[in-house]
Amino acid sequence: MITAERKPFEQIRAVTDQFGKVLVVGCNTCVAVCLTGGEKEAEVLASQLRIARGQDGIAGSVETVTVLRQCENEYLDAISEQVKAADLVLSTACSIGPQGIAERFPGVRVAPAMNTNMMAVVKGHHHWAEYCVACGDCGIFNTGGICPIARCAKTLINGPCGGSQGGRCEISPDVECVWQLIHDQLVSLGLEENLRKISGPKKWSSANTGGPRSMKKEGFKP
Amino acid sequence: MKSGSILEKTLESGAFAVTGELGPPKGADAGVITRKANILKGHVDAVNITDNQTAISRMASMAAAKIALDEGLEPIMQMTCRDRNRLAMQADILGAAALGIRNLLCLTGDHQSFGNHPDAMGVFDLDSVTLIRMVKDMRDVPAFQCGEEITKAPELYIGAAANPYADPFPFRAIRLAKKVDAGIDFCQTQIIFNVDKFDQFMAQCRELGVTERCRILAGVAPLKSAGMAKYMKNRVAGMDVPEEVISRMEGAADAQDEGIQVCVDVIDRVREIEGVAGVHIMAVEWEEAVPEIVSRAGLRPGSARS
Repeated sequence: MITAERKPFEQIRAVTDQFGKVLVVGCNTCVAVCLTGGEKEAEVLASQLRIARGQDGIAGSVETVTVLRQCENEYLDAISEQVKAADLVLSTACSIGPQGIAERFPGVRVAPAMNTNMMAVVKGHHHWAEYCVACGDCGIFNTGGICPIARCAKTLINGPCGGSQGGRCEISPDVECVWQLIHDQLVSLGLEENLRKISGPKKWSSANTGGPRSMKKEGFKP
Repeated sequence: MKSGSILEKTLESGAFAVTGELGPPKGADAGVITRKANILKGHVDAVNITDNQTAISRMASMAAAKIALDEGLEPIMQMTCRDRNRLAMQADILGAAALGIRNLLCLTGDHQSFGNHPDAMGVFDLDSVTLIRMVKDMRDVPAFQCGEEITKAPELYIGAAANPYADPFPFRAIRLAKKVDAGIDFCQTQIIFNVDKFDQFMAQCRELGVTERCRILAGVAPLKSAGMAKYMKNRVAGMDVPEEVISRMEGAADAQDEGIQVCVDVIDRVREIEGVAGVHIMAVEWEEAVPEIVSRAGLRPGSARS
């Protein structure tokens, strides 16, 4: 899933205060699961904005509406009237949401209420962690099903740097050393010989650095 | 000879090599390099020129290496994967070789979050192992990483770093073996205070055949104070400073003198370990300590010069 976190309230206000009619649009898929931008969170944000704007005497209104997925036009079309009536659409989706709205409704002002974080696994209650950076060239078969591109701070593909200590990464005790995990996994699978194999150089042309990517499936009719 | 460097001649002749370290300044003053170079000259066989060490922006290692070379001190140019992609690295490798630099140390590099530009993008297009392979192919094929031919090969003695104290411990010698497979000629280790653990690491290296194919220089450093010892123990990832060293420093009447003696004692012990081909003395911002360490340890650098 994709995770996103709400921007600091003062940053959101600095944008929204310039507009009269604000429509907060929630997204009920990824950001609802990670409890940051679904229907409930969109309504909470709208209430906070109403109170703050009321205290500061800012005229206008703050309404909310939530769709299942802002990344698909069929859901956006259902809120077309509300979007067009607003002076500003404030999206609580990942960055794909506000971009989707801006593309679907030319002339409408759109702002993100969120910072998009990562493609994540659900590690536990209220805990998500980055497991994929969409490099476009998945090689985790050789690393025991664990990705060093997404999960090593230096994207190392040939083993741990000198900063691996007690299973933790040198950049923070909160970060696991993925090469400790890969090492332990390969040993437990009896694949120690993989540790000695040289990988790479990594093919980055299939990642985002190779240019924006898109995907089309041929042979399917709408 | 692969490079004809003094370091290569020293190590390949079987003489016990001594290397030092010289950090470029945070400014455009060549005089800083020449001053430090003159302190170290005659006391080491070659000197590492760091590359934006600890992710702090400084004068380029290639420029500082050339200044040291002109001063009569052989440089070992460090190159990290943090700040450049493979295009820039290959350009710098050819440029360095054209300037007469003959030793290259291939490193991953400290993470940018430790330095003075934590918002910088970490490049890490290659890692140290793939960088080593690229340099070896540039020298020996000779070809660029993409496979295209190089008209004049860069003659370089290729090195890397190894840290016997980082985790997972069983992987450390294997990782060095990978660097040997990728093409290094020599390596320098992290600073050694825990000699017993280094001894275990060296046993693993011998078992993997690393010591036959790669000259290993044991990293050592003089401590300036007990506080520095504690800082290294508690704050620097991948450092192992035994309690015994800390109490020696705490009990010393002259801490700097004791720090030098601890360093000399480590050198005396690591010299006895099979497969240790030299020492790498890291006296960063304390270059003056190097002549004293070399003299007290009875080291005789410069054999390849005479």
